[in-house]
Amino acid sequence: MITETQAPQVTGPDFGITPSQTIGPFFAYALTPRAYGGPELATEQVAGDGVEGERIRIEGHVYDGDGVAVSDAMIEIWQADAQGRFNTSGNAGFSGFGRAEATAEGAFYFETIRPGALPGPGGGLQAPHLSVSVFARGLLVQLATRIYFEGDPGNADDPVLALVPAERRDTLIAKRDGAGIFRFVIRLQGEGETVFFAA
Amino acid sequence: MSLIYPRDSLKAHPLNASPAYGSTQKRAPSKPLILLPHTLSETTGPVFGHVGVAAGDSDLTRQHDGEPLGERIIVSGRVLDEDGRPVPHTLVEIWQANAGGRYVHVRDQHPAPLDPNFTGAGRALTDAEGRYRFVTIKPGAYPWRNHHNAWRPAHIHFSLFGPSFLSRVITQMYFPGDPLFKYDPIFQSVTDENARERLVSRFDLGTTEPEWALGYQFDIVLRGRNATPLEEPHDH
Ligand SMILES: [Fe+3]
Repeated sequence: MITETQAPQVTGPDFGITPSQTIGPFFAYALTPRAYGGPELATEQVAGDGVEGERIRIEGHVYDGDGVAVSDAMIEIWQADAQGRFNTSGNAGFSGFGRAEATAEGAFYFETIRPGALPGPGGGLQAPHLSVSVFARGLLVQLATRIYFEGDPGNADDPVLALVPAERRDTLIAKRDGAGIFRFVIRLQGEGETVFFAA
Repeated sequence: MSLIYPRDSLKAHPLNASPAYGSTQKRAPSKPLILLPHTLSETTGPVFGHVGVAAGDSDLTRQHDGEPLGERIIVSGRVLDEDGRPVPHTLVEIWQANAGGRYVHVRDQHPAPLDPNFTGAGRALTDAEGRYRFVTIKPGAYPWRNHHNAWRPAHIHFSLFGPSFLSRVITQMYFPGDPLFKYDPIFQSVTDENARERLVSRFDLGTTEPEWALGYQFDIVLRGRNATPLEEPHDH
C-alpha cells in the first residue's frame, strides 16, 4: 500500500518530542501479559543460566506517599554485565533488560547477575548499578532511579551518588537480605522518598 | 552515530505533580528530581530490532476467530528523532479499550461488553524509514472515577524504546476533534499547547482504504539528536 504523507516538519513550534502520558492501570495484558497467556517481550529473568557473573536476586516493593502498596506499577531495569559492558548483541542469555509487573502487594523481583563497574563521565568509574524506570497509574512520566549495592567499595567514589545529598543516598542502595538477595524499596513520595533523577 | 539528548526537550512532558489527575496526589515525588549526567547507562538501551514480532501482531482485528465489533481503523506513522530523522527497526507496543470502551484487563469494571474477538494489544517494528502500521478498532471513550462524570477521550496507549534509556517513552494517541479533550486532566497535563497537539493523530485520506477502514497518521518523536551539528539546515 502506498501512502502519501508530507515530509516531516522539523522546525517550528509544532515539532518536538512526543509528550509522555501515564501507563494507566490496564497495561498488563499488553506489556506484562503472563496471566493473559500473551507473549512476553521481557521478564524478571535478566540473565539466563550460564551467564558469567555473581547471580543475584533483587526483591523490591513500591509504595505511595501513604505507604500504600502500588499494585499497578511496571518496573523496568537496564544494566551492564559482570564486565561492565552493555548488551548490544552477542552475550548469549544476557539481555541487560528486565520488566516486571508489581503484585497486589506492590512487590517485584529480578533474577540477574551483579553488574560490574563501568565507565563514568570524565574518565572515572561508576559503581555497579542498575538503571530503573517506574511506570504506574498516577505517574504522567516514568520515574528514573538507580539501584546500587550495599557494601560495594565503588559507592564512595561514584559520580552519581556524589550528586545526591548524603542523607538521601541510602534510598538508592539495595540492602543485603540473605545469600544473593538484595532488597530495594521504592517510595514514590514522602518519608524516605526514593531519589529520582531528571535524565 | 552518537546521539545527544538536550534537556530542554523534557519541557514537553507533563509534570508528575498534576493534581487535577487525582492518582498523582500520592504518587508524584515531593522532592526535586536530581539532574543525572548522561552516562553509558543512560545512552544505551535494549534493542528489539529482531524480537519475535509476528506479522499478525500489528493487526488487532485478526487475533481471534471472528471479526471484532466496531469501526475498523488503520493507524500508521513514523517514529522520528529530534532532528526529524527516522528511527528504524524499533519496537512499538500498543494497547487499548474495545469499541465499547472496555479493556480486557481483569480490573476494568466498566459495565460495557467485552468483545470475544478483540484483545486490544499489538506490536510492530518500524521499517527502515521509521514507519509502523496497525490495523485495529477505534476504541470507545470510557468513564473513570477521577471526578464527577469523568470520561477519558478515546485513546490508544503507545510504548516505545528508541535507541536508549533516555528515549524510552510511554504515551497515548488521541483522535482529532474529541469533545472530551477539555475535560480530561491526563490530556491537559501537557501544558504546552503545541506539545499537546502532538498527541492527537490526524485523519488521512491517503491512509484510508476504500470500502474498508479510515486511516489516521500519528508520528512519534523520541528524544535524541545527532551529536554532530549539521553543516546545512534541513532542506525538506
Ligand atoms: Fe486507557
